[in-house]
Order: sequence, then structure tokens, then C-alpha cells
Amino acid sequence: MTLTQIVFWTFSALAVLGAAMCITRRSPVASALWLVQTLFALAALFVVLDAQFVAVLQVLVYAGAIMVLFLFVIMLLNLGRPGPSDLKGPVGLAVATLLGGLLFFQLLRGATPSAAGTPAGDTMAQLQQEQGIVGAVARPLFSQYLIPFEITSVLLLAAIVGAVVLAKRKL
Amino acid sequence: MLLGPSLGVSAVLFALGVAGVLLRRNAIVIFMCVELMLNAANLAFVALAQSLGVAGQIFVFFVMAVAAAETAVGLAIILAIYRHKQTVDLQNINLLKG
Repeated sequence: MTLTQIVFWTFSALAVLGAAMCITRRSPVASALWLVQTLFALAALFVVLDAQFVAVLQVLVYAGAIMVLFLFVIMLLNLGRPGPSDLKGPVGLAVATLLGGLLFFQLLRGATPSAAGTPAGDTMAQLQQEQGIVGAVARPLFSQYLIPFEITSVLLLAAIVGAVVLAKRKL
Repeated sequence: MLLGPSLGVSAVLFALGVAGVLLRRNAIVIFMCVELMLNAANLAFVALAQSLGVAGQIFVFFVMAVAAAETAVGLAIILAIYRHKQTVDLQNINLLKG
């Protein structure tokens, strides 16, 4: 087992552990903090998979901004105190396990590498060697994908206006 | 190459997110499970980008932007619901139930 594989499986285990704890903890604050662990472990996995820039964004945007927003709302609504469990009863647990397991096996059947075509080798690492880690993603982002990128700004503006209108005290 | 294992981990995380949505009643925790599913999809994108070109990584940026917008609006909706009902438990939010 190479070092890369050891790192990969360690952080995979951390990510899955964090996700499992996130969906089973009673307190929303504990759930949020376990989800932060999953997000950090995923950032480490992105580094292993030649996506260093995505990993930095994952930490900045997800673990830094989105989770702070979640914790802020939990604090604002005063949900941190221990209350009655919000997990569903045995029927809900059975349905969740059944459907989650079914989906998992379906995904595994479809997610074999052969279904994704024969990998052409480590093209991403090669590209990063030629153009640099940021350049490899920046070049297509600002040429081939420029219009989607600009439309994203409209989406974010709509989100800002929507959030302000919805969160206003008097609608 | 870690493509196969990465897609497997992605499948596990996505299934856990779906199970969480089905298992919980707290609206905020359900929302966090949706974020978990988006992250599982991101992992699959990044794993495939490693061998199939940079487009997968660029799509991850768009997924992150949409997720950030969705979180801002969704949490604002949850805040508005809390002001109306004084709860975020989905069991008590059943206006559309016959």
C-alpha cells in the first residue's frame, strides 16, 4: 500500500465517520460539527485527487462560510439546548436504512470505473505540471466556461436579494 | 489510480445523506444532509476529473456557488418558518396535509 493510498483511506474513513455521526447525533450543533469534520476530510481527499484549488475552496466556502451560517442560524433559533430527539421512530429508521442501502448498491453498480470509460492516465497532474495548479482550472473557467461563470454572479445576486427579503421581520 | 475507491466513498456519503434526510425531522439537520449529498457529488466530479480532464473540477465550482446560494435562501426560509410556527420540526409543519 503506497502512502497516497494510506492517506486516501484514512480520510475516507474520517469522512464516512463524520457523515454517520452527523445524521445520528441528537443535537443540531453536534451534527453541524461532525459535518465540518466530513468537509475537512473531503478537502484532504481532493488534495489526494489532484484538485488542490478545489480543496482550498472547500475549506474556505464550505467549512468556513456555509457551516458558520448553519451554526449562526442554530444559535439564532436557540436550538442548541438538549431537547427531545428529532430522529424518526423504528419505521422511519427501517425506511431510511432500506432506501439508503438500496441507493448505495445501485450507485456502486453504476460507479465502477469501467462505466466511466477507460481512464486515459493522469491527465490532471500533467495539465498542472504544464499550467500550474490554479492556471489549469482558471484557463478554461475564463474562456470555455465564461458565460456560465458570469451567470453565476446573477444567481448569487438573486440569492442575496432573496435571503434579505425572506429574513426581513416584516414581509 | 483511486477512481474506483473514490466513487465508492462518494456513493457511501450520498447514501448517508439520503438516509439522513429520511431519518431526521429537524429542518436544519435535513438541510445539512442535503449539503452532504452535494459534497458526495463533488467528490465524484473531482475523482473523474483526474483522468477525464479539467471540466469536472470546474463543475465543482458551479456546484459550490449554487450550494452557497441555496444555503443562504434556505436558511432564510427556515428563519421565516420559525417566526411563524416557533418550531423547525417538520412534524409540526403540515399545512399541506389533508
